[in-house]
Formats: sequence, C-alpha cells, structure tokens
Amino acid sequence: MSEAAVVVTDVEKVFGRGSAEEVMALSGVDLTIQPGEFVTLIGPSGCGKSTFLRLVGDLLEPTAGSVDVFGKPAHQARLDQDYGMVFQHAGLFDWRKVAANIELPLELKGWTKADRAARAREMLDLVKLPDFGGHYPRQLSGGMQQRVSIARALSFEPRLLLMDEPFGALDEMTREHMQGELLRIWRETGTTVVFVTHSISESAFLSNRVVVLSPRPGRIHSIVEVDLGERTEDTREDPQFFRASTEIREALRSVEDGS
Amino acid sequence: MTVGRLRGLVPPLVTGALFLAAWEGGVRGLGIREFLLPKPTSIWAQLTDQWPTLRHAGWETGRIAVSGLVVGIIAGVLLAFFTTHFRTVNEGLTPLAVAVNATPIVALAPIFNAWFGITGTLSNQAVVVAVVFFPVFINTAKGLTEVHPDEIELMRSYAAGEWTILREVRIPNALPFFANALRLVAPLSVIAAIVAEYFGGPQDRIGNVITSNAGFARYDVAWAAIAVASAVGLALFASTLLLERVSMPWRLAGRDGESTTKP
Repeated sequence: MSEAAVVVTDVEKVFGRGSAEEVMALSGVDLTIQPGEFVTLIGPSGCGKSTFLRLVGDLLEPTAGSVDVFGKPAHQARLDQDYGMVFQHAGLFDWRKVAANIELPLELKGWTKADRAARAREMLDLVKLPDFGGHYPRQLSGGMQQRVSIARALSFEPRLLLMDEPFGALDEMTREHMQGELLRIWRETGTTVVFVTHSISESAFLSNRVVVLSPRPGRIHSIVEVDLGERTEDTREDPQFFRASTEIREALRSVEDGS
Repeated sequence: MTVGRLRGLVPPLVTGALFLAAWEGGVRGLGIREFLLPKPTSIWAQLTDQWPTLRHAGWETGRIAVSGLVVGIIAGVLLAFFTTHFRTVNEGLTPLAVAVNATPIVALAPIFNAWFGITGTLSNQAVVVAVVFFPVFINTAKGLTEVHPDEIELMRSYAAGEWTILREVRIPNALPFFANALRLVAPLSVIAAIVAEYFGGPQDRIGNVITSNAGFARYDVAWAAIAVASAVGLALFASTLLLERVSMPWRLAGRDGESTTKP
C-alpha cells in the first residue's frame, strides 16, 4: 500500500463568505503526506495551521479544492475513523475515569466490554500510566492528562494522528519529556502524524518535514526537511538540531518580513 | 476522611450553640419583652407543646414545597432539552426567561389564588413551580450548551451524531449546572410555599400558623413554626447535597491532594 496518507490539493478556506467579516484562512494549499511521516505545521497566528488540521479531519469543509485521506475523501475517512485527534486542551471527560475515557471511541464503535478493557490497559502501558486507569482525569497532572488524551486518540489504531498544539499548555520540562514519549509512540505504532505547533524547537525535534505557513491568507511559504536520524535527549544539543532550528527560524522571519 | 468530615461539623455546631446562648442571655439580661423576641427556651417550650399541630403543618407545607419542586424541575429540564435542540427557540426564550426570573414571582401569589382557587393547595403549588422552574431551566440549558468546542470536535472526529453527543457530553456536562440550580431552588421552594400560604390555601399550614399566631400576639408559637420551616428547608437542601455526591462521584475526586502526582 503505497497510497499517500494525506493529499491536499489546491485547498481554499474562507470563513463568513459574503459577510463583512469574511476571512480568507487558507488559499492555494497543496501538500502530500506519506504514510509514517511526521509532519509539523508552524507559522504565526492567523496562518491557518489549525484550520488546515481541521480540514484534514473533516471538522471543517474547504470552500475550494479537495482533501483526501488514505485515498478517500476526508469526510469518508472521518466516518471510517481513520484518524485520532489530540487538542491543546486534553479534553478528557471529567465524569469518566481514565480507562473509560480511553475506551470512549471503542464504545462508540461497539467493541465488547472485555476488548475495550484490554485495549485500555495496553494503551495505558504505551503512555506509561499503567496504574492510573481507575483515577478521574482531574486527579492527574496536565502532562498525564495529555498522555491519556494521546492514548485515547490511538486506542482504535488510527493510521493518522492529528495533533493541534497538544503540548502548548505544558511547562518546558514536561513538554520536552512528552515530545520524547510521542516520538517513541510514533516509532512503536508507525502512525502518520500531522502536528501543529508554534514552537520552533518542537517542530525541529519532532518532525521529518516542517511546513512553514504564512498568514492572511494562509499559504505554504516553504517546507524544511529535517534529518536528525533517531532522536534522543542528546539530539537537543546536537549542532544538526541547531541548524534545523535556524533554518525554520529564518523561514519564519521571512514570513513575517515578506509576503 | 469520615473523621475529617465529622471534625468539620464541630465549628458550625459550636458557633450555633454560642449564638443560641447569646440570644438567650441577651433577651434575659436586657429584659427584652417576649413579644419582641422570645427566648430560645420559650420557643422550644412551644415547639414541644404544639408539636402535633406544628408537625402536621410542617409536613403539609413540605409536601407543597416538594411537589412544586418536582414539577418545576421536570418542566425546567424538559424545556432546557427542547431549547438546546432548537437553537432558534433558545435565542428567543432564554433572555425572556432570565427577565422573568428576575421578577419576584412570589408576588404573584394573590393572583394565582384567583386562577387556581384560594381554598385548595393548587395555587400554592403553582407559586412553588413558578419559582423553581426558571433557575432550573436557565442553568440546565446553560450546562447543555456551554460545552468546550474541542469536546464537540472530538466527538465529531469519532463520527458521533447529535444524540450521542447529547448523551456522552452535554448531559454529563449539564449535571453540575443542574446541581447548582437544585441547591438554589430547594430552600427557595419552602420560602415560596410559606409566602404563598400567607395569602391563601388550607389553614393548617406553616404559613397560616405563623400569621394567625402572630395575629394573636403568640409570637413564641410563630417562632416555633419558623423553626419547623427552617428544618424542612434544611432537610431539602441536605437531600440535594446528598444527591449531588451520589450522582457525580468525579466531583469529589481530586480533593484529597491526590492530584499532585508528576508526569
């Protein structure tokens, strides 16, 4: 199966068309993401990176162009639950225990109770929270909640993971720790990841490709290829990592100056 | 935890006892006359003396309050669901409900007597229903609609429909809002019932016991009736707290300092 994970063709998104507040969020965007890739979207606020993610997830519809996920329209991919979603706000349901939160998508898919419980245990192991299934979300720290959110998104083994600034609300140390964990999970599961961030170092550390967007209207300004091999905590002090960060930073600067 | 909770009861009990002692001492020491402010001991004497009458009155008024409470809650919740489902109705109705909620509904009691009859209990119940309905409706509707947008998007990413979102997200989200409304309207229902009884209805209820005894300058009996009314109000309030604990176990979680675990 060599079909692309995501194919975005000449996509345009206008909010409030015809009204006084009409905003062109994205215009003329083309992007192809291969299976197993880790692609980061970065850009100043208003560049449409979250909008892009929502178009891929069929939470928004493009006003022009097309979005295909695993060779089918994004809408069908959503109905088939081909992707999992993680937001900045962990979005765990307070009223469900941690394990029950992870089981929610499985419940909606009609899995049996035993299968759900087994998968929830597996997922808790994967995100290294094996003893927290019986806790309520509010008993967990922010970083732990976000890990549960990732476990929930991966519970039904989607081939695509869409992440909208998932570590944006975490402190620096937790954030770096979570980045390492995410890369480990990505390697273990082989999932394709599309990741929105506004942190340069985060994008350089995580991804194979960094898509730099320019604002008003959102367009792809440039794509930075990052080749750091297997990431470890040492990667953060590697000259290669600084070079990649610098390249991304310069692209972002020219976005701010130019266009 | 139980020990902690029992220990939590000590300060209010001590304060309450001190308050009663100060009241008793004040009335005796300053020579305040009984018709202005009876001593707690005189009120207690009347409470035991008139117990059959007072118990009956408290029971009947409590029934009015509870029946009105139940009908008002059901109506409020139903309308909240209705307006959540039909957004346009919501936009027209909610500001109106907020405005009506701000008007003193108990003031309608004499008018309700004309509508529902002055001798029966229906008019009194109607006052309670009207008082209970609006806060329940407004709060529940708020809880059903004020859901974090990410949570809706998450459910949509699972291809969930409106019904699933209602069941899995909106209703649990509305529970704390509903509980707040309950805490507010439970004591309010007793107040509404008594004020309504001042204006009409059967003569063996708390409201009438208070007015008739005050009319004959038997203030100690009136005070005893007020004490019974407070007890009914407190009992209803306590039941709502209990209901809250049982229906929302997650709200208690994390209060015992367990949330300090690091990632």
